Amino acid sequence: TATPIGHPTIQATQRMAPLHLFIVNKSGGLIHHRPLGPRAPRIGTNEWLRIGSTFHSLHAIAAEASPVRLPGNKNPYGADDGIEKIEAGGIVLCCLQTRTGVKFVITAEPSTPDLDLMLREIYVLYSDCALKDPFYELEMPIRTDLFTSAVDALLERFDSRGTKVR
Amino acid sequence: MSRSQTPSSILDRPIGRSGRGSGSEGMVSLSAFAYLYSELVQYHQSRVASISELERRLESAGYGVGLRVLELLAYRARETKRETRLMNILHFISSNVWKSLFGKAADSLERSIDHADEFMIVDYEPITSTFVSVPADLGQLSADAYISGIIAGVLEGAGFTARVTAHSVAVEEGEYTKPPAMPNLPPRKDKAVFLVKFSREVLARDAALER
Repeated sequence: TATPIGHPTIQATQRMAPLHLFIVNKSGGLIHHRPLGPRAPRIGTNEWLRIGSTFHSLHAIAAEASPVRLPGNKNPYGADDGIEKIEAGGIVLCCLQTRTGVKFVITAEPSTPDLDLMLREIYVLYSDCALKDPFYELEMPIRTDLFTSAVDALLERFDSRGTKVR
Repeated sequence: MSRSQTPSSILDRPIGRSGRGSGSEGMVSLSAFAYLYSELVQYHQSRVASISELERRLESAGYGVGLRVLELLAYRARETKRETRLMNILHFISSNVWKSLFGKAADSLERSIDHADEFMIVDYEPITSTFVSVPADLGQLSADAYISGIIAGVLEGAGFTARVTAHSVAVEEGEYTKPPAMPNLPPRKDKAVFLVKFSREVLARDAALER
């Protein structure tokens, strides 16, 4: 099928694939970033560090600026109020903040389903592969191979589930 | 469960919390064990200067467990005779000890072809290293040194002096066909091989008993 020239947004909104994952620790430092799909744009390490700390600040400011406050300033999971989702024309960004202040952020193409589910599973993988590893230092960049290969396996599972549904 | 007249001794009572349902007796959550073991490793790592010393400390931590497990299992099985043969004690370890500690028998027990005094117990999914990723600068460290300490403790308590070491060996394609114990983690890339090297006196004694 030919791509209609001049209407790139039609194609874009029908795409569904996760793009990037990044994890920010409670002080705003970036502890993990990785591409999740083939169409993820390449972003340099310095740029990543800037993105991490910028998002961290925006998250905190959004909680203050919000006209609506949750009881106790916390969401149902016990994490502080803050940005949960940003939807834009060609991208959607989802954030899961834990009670300890660690933020798991995933960016994806607009129609990607199950982003919350993916974030929660990545949180479980983080608590298994990083926190139970005696060689991982808290709040430091995650370099454990097990975490990386577990996220790869998770992506494959989500990918194959998606193709079955379609 | 009716109360017997004589109170049960501490050795008869199950180790885990009772009254939560029959499934959880004698079982502890894997996460609790993983966190505790992770702390144990970190504690020792901050106090040693080399990898082999860390392994030795983990082994001596497991040694006491081995001695006690041997006594407990022998008592609970109401064994009136102790094991005197090499193969029997190795079978005891790879099935009874493994089942009582990890809920399943060890995956295999092999004899080394090159050395008559070496045996290998293989476990494809040891719980001490389920969540561990050894960084590249610690190279050959095996987090399962704790389990090799347990094996050494059992053997020493039974009268078979041996040197037990833990090694991580890469798993070949298609070697392990059982489904992984941890469904959300990828299948393990290496298995733990516990090399048991018996002392010469033990082998000589076993050969003498053979006749």
